[in-house]
Formats: sequence, C-alpha cells, structure tokens
Amino acid sequence: MNRTGLHVDWTRCDGRGLCVELLPDLLGRDEWGYPLPHRSTPGRLLTEVPPGSVADAEQAVALCPLLALTLTTEAAT
Amino acid sequence: MNARPAAVATGSPTRPDTAGRLFVAGAGAGHEAHLAAYGPAPSSGTDLIRELELSGLTGRGGAAFPVWRKLAATAAGRRPVVIGNGAEGEPRSRKDATLVQHAPHLVVDGLLAAADAVRASRVYLYVRSGSGTPIRRALAERPDGGRVRVVVAPHTFVSGEAGAVVNAVGQGVALPTDRLHRLSETGLDGRPTLVHNVETLAHLGLVARYGGSWFRGAGTLEDPGTRLVTVSGDLPAGGVLEIPGGTRVADVLAACGTGPVAAVLVGGYHGAWLPAAEVDARLSPSGRAVPGAGVLIALGPGRCGLHLTAQIVRYLAGQSAGQCGPCRFGLPALAGAVGELAGRPAVGTEGRVRRLATTVAGRGACHHPDGTSRLVLSALDAFADDVAAHATGRCVAGGRP
Amino acid sequence: MNEALWAAGRASGVTALALLTASVVLGVLNRSGRPLPGLPRFSIALVHRDVALAATAFVGVHVLTLLFDPLARLSVTDLLMPFAGAFRPFWQGLGTVAFDVLLAVVVTALLRHRLGLRTYRTVHWLVYAMWPVAFLHAVGNGTDARTSWFLEVAAVSLIAVTIAVVWRLSAWFVESSHARQELR
Repeated sequence: MNRTGLHVDWTRCDGRGLCVELLPDLLGRDEWGYPLPHRSTPGRLLTEVPPGSVADAEQAVALCPLLALTLTTEAAT
Repeated sequence: MNARPAAVATGSPTRPDTAGRLFVAGAGAGHEAHLAAYGPAPSSGTDLIRELELSGLTGRGGAAFPVWRKLAATAAGRRPVVIGNGAEGEPRSRKDATLVQHAPHLVVDGLLAAADAVRASRVYLYVRSGSGTPIRRALAERPDGGRVRVVVAPHTFVSGEAGAVVNAVGQGVALPTDRLHRLSETGLDGRPTLVHNVETLAHLGLVARYGGSWFRGAGTLEDPGTRLVTVSGDLPAGGVLEIPGGTRVADVLAACGTGPVAAVLVGGYHGAWLPAAEVDARLSPSGRAVPGAGVLIALGPGRCGLHLTAQIVRYLAGQSAGQCGPCRFGLPALAGAVGELAGRPAVGTEGRVRRLATTVAGRGACHHPDGTSRLVLSALDAFADDVAAHATGRCVAGGRP
Repeated sequence: MNEALWAAGRASGVTALALLTASVVLGVLNRSGRPLPGLPRFSIALVHRDVALAATAFVGVHVLTLLFDPLARLSVTDLLMPFAGAFRPFWQGLGTVAFDVLLAVVVTALLRHRLGLRTYRTVHWLVYAMWPVAFLHAVGNGTDARTSWFLEVAAVSLIAVTIAVVWRLSAWFVESSHARQELR
C-alpha cells in the first residue's frame, strides 16, 4: 500500500483554485486565493491524498495552469 | 563561558578541554598560530562519519539536524558538492562572521574534512561580503586552500537558506527554490549537495582531530559540545560567546552583565520568546529554549515585547523574497495585524494574528513563513498579559502602547 | 465535387474562426481564475481545451478541403510557407501564418507537462498575435466576406475578443486582485 502526497511548488502557484475545486475535502483557500490544506502536513507535502481522492488529485496535477503540482508516492511505513 | 573571541586566549593546548574550543588560536589567527594551537590538520583516513555520530554534533545553522546523517546521506550517491555556509542572514547574528574572522582555518579544516569524507568533487565557501577578505587570506596561507572556491552572499535574510545557498553558488541568485527532494539527493547541478553552517564545520574540524568522545567533553547529553551564541538587546555588553551546550539562558545573560529582563527572544527572528519566568531553561535543540542559530535578544524591563515583535515582523515581511504567494501576501498582512496588536488593537485583532500566523506556516519554498509564524505565536504566549493590556489601551511595559 | 469542396472549405473556415474566438475568450476567462455559474474553474479549463481542439480540427478540415480544391490552387508548401501562394498570396499567407502558430500552440499545450511552463506559456502568448492574423485572413481572403451573415460572425468575434482583451488588461482582472492589491 503506497501513500500518495500532493506537493505544490509555491514559487509557481498563483492561486487559480482549480485544485481546490477538485479536492474540496482536502483543500480550502486563503484570502488571497492560495490553496490552504484543511489538515497541515509536515514536510514537503501540501497535503496527503487518501486513496479515494487520488484520481481527483491526478486531475488537479494535469489541469494546474501553472504546472505547480506534483504527486508523490512512497511506501507506507 | 570563557573565550570571548575578541580576546586572545592564552596557552596553546593541542586538545582544548571543556568550553572555549573555537578561538584557542587567538584573535585573527593565521595558519601558523592555528597549527600551534590545534596541532596538524586531521588525516582523511579516519572514519569521520562514525566519529561524528559518536560526537552527537548537530547543525549550528538553526535546524540542528545530526551532522553525521547529512554526511552519510550525501556520500551515498554521485560525487557530491560541499558548501560551507556563512551567509548569516539573521541581522542580530555575528557568530559566523566572528568565526570566519578569528578562526578561518578551523572552518576550512572542517570543510575539507567533510569534503574528503564524502569524496566531494567541488568545495565552496559561501560568506558575506565582509568575510571575503579574511577567508581569502586564510585560504592563500594554506597548501590545500586552492581546493576551496569562495562565493559572496548578498545581505538578505533568506540568502542563507540551504536552497538559496545552492541557487546562489550555482546560478548567482540567492533565492530559495522549490524542492521536492533533499539536497543530499540532488542539489548543485543535480549532484548530492552538503550544505553546512561554518560553525558546524569548525566543530567538525575538531571532531576530525580529536574524535567524537572528546567532543562530548563539554555540554550535556542532549546538547553535547559547545556552541556560539550572539547576545544583543537591552544589556550592558552583548557579543559573541562560546558556551557549553545546555547552558541556562539566565547564565548566558549573566555573563553579559545583565540584570532582570522582561523576556528573551531565543533563536533569533525565527525563534521564540521566552518569558522572564522561564529564563532558567537550558539552551537545547529539544528543549523549551531552542538555540537555532544561537541568537539571543534580551528585552529589558519596561520595554514592550509586542512593540519589538511588530518591528521584527515588519522587517521579516520586507525580507520575503516575494516568490511564494502565502509569504508575499501573508507576511505583510501578519505584520499589519501584529502592529495593530502592539498599538490599538480592535476586537478580533488577536484572533486575526493567530489565524494568519497559523495559515502562513509551512506554505513556502523555504521556512521563512514558518519561522515568522513561530515568532508571532510565541509572542502571543509570552506577552499574553500585554495583549490583554493593550486591548484596554494600556501597556504592561508602562504607559505607551 | 469541386463545388462541395469549395463550400466545405468556406464553411469550415468560418466555423474555425468562431471556435477560435470562443477558445480565446474561454482562455482569458480561465486566466482570470473565475468560475461561471454552474461551470467550475476546472470545467472552464477543460471546455477551453476542447473548444480549441475543435477549432483546430475545423482548421484542419478547412486546409485539407482547399488543398484538394482546384479553385483554391493551394499547394502543400503553402501550408507551411506563407505568402508564396497562387491565389491572393498575401491574405492566404496570413492564413498560413495563423495555421503554423496554431499548430505550435496546440502541440506545446498538449505537451506542456513535458516541455515545462516557460516554453508552453511563451508559445501560448502568441495566440494574442495569432487571432488577429487569422481574423484578417478570414475577412481578406474569404469569398463570403461581403455577405451579411459572415460580417455578423466576424463582428461578433471581433467584439468578443476585444472585450476579453480589455478585461484582461484591467487592474481587477484576476479573481483575487482586490485582496492582493490591498497590501501593495
């Protein structure tokens, strides 16, 4: 079972909000429009992605207009 | 708590005991004085990584990561790059500049020992403009000095962040970059890259000479060895001190001749306020008083901690590189809200400060927003009474909010 | 047969102009970061993509039919090399320029994850130059240019793109611009 995470390159992110629409259970927005995870995740990830949301997260990665998102997988420890 | 670096130390033990290790060779020590004080440079044959693990040496740039682990991770892949980091972007810190000025050879010893241990292909020293001359002079004195290339860091707060260091050395742009992987995996030109603070390297140079158990001869189990601190603020005599790990904050202040304080900012502008009642806490990466890069700022009685915090946050907001939205917009907003808190707060100002500080944390390519958040949240804690007083138009520090 | 090709060539050309216009407007809307009622941002991105691909398909039909149409006297070189054609070379050349840029835009957009942001964005910016060129080609080369239905399509397209561009250049274009402006 692999754990999936969503990483955002903050130097690219412009807060367009597509990822927030696609992953409403994981992300909200701050007052400037940038994605704000509902639960903060330590390390380099914006948020962890539960198995049920992986397809939506892949969609978010594909559609991000700034190409700022990356999905990461690591073996669960 | 001896060895003020400006003072010339007497005697020249080849194995300095207890505290006072880094400046044994004296003020502005040249290579000869350095060798006389510490003995010949360590041979590269020893298993340095094992000795470092034994020593318990942690990074002195702020993150306090075990040094041996970073070396081991970097040594695992392609031939790496090693960078000594003396950018010292923290405006209240002087320790790195002092170290490079008075003990440059210890830094270079450590840098080259680390480079040999990981079989580095290239070695850099990244220092502020003021440190360029002493370090170049020191390198010119040494037979092995030609291995080190010197890069000058700009005077910005974020210039010393590890990613910015690699970016500055590689591209000449001292700005943090997005990193999905650790620098030990991929850094300068895609090579594994080891970035260590210059003080860390100086200690490393001594561990390479005298071994890991010697290093533990000073300090505590949790924080072995010595560390440099820069003390400033409302006290008679600030400056750079070398102290044993685990020293009480109160003892550091006493050594600077200070009386009672209202609070101490421990760890610099990205650190945390320690209220007067807790100044007996020991400096330790795992404790209540986390030294970070060793910056202590004393707040005298009758001074408003909220006011100073607001000033610092305004400075930090101005030092945002502006690359990441939450930092670029969040820090000025936070600075404004903290300024309000230090002046005439409205109903809900404290809540807004807390909310902004919580939301900016962890949302940037570097730790600039995280550190600023830590400072602000600690101020709300340490100056809770003052926050309440300001809300009623008074100030605990006396009158003027 | 030739009549059919000629008619198909003209019809697909006009349709392509309308779809390109829609795609430009959707792209600008997409860039603003604003959703429409009932159409979330990611849907706008997808519709923008689909309309652009449809426009490209119609441009393809337009080019292919005219390639086989003796009246148009179009050769394969004219598809890539502008201003070398036999029939109204200048106006046809504009069509060639727009066609080549469109191909570059579509290919870089589809491969943007591999090419990287910079290449993709730089080429995508060329759309602001491509659309007027395509528009001029349609008006100047089109044999229907005097008919009222064509003039209506052209006028609506021109107005739509002009409004989109003016909006794009306004200070409050981006969804969060009010919140972000306060702090400057």
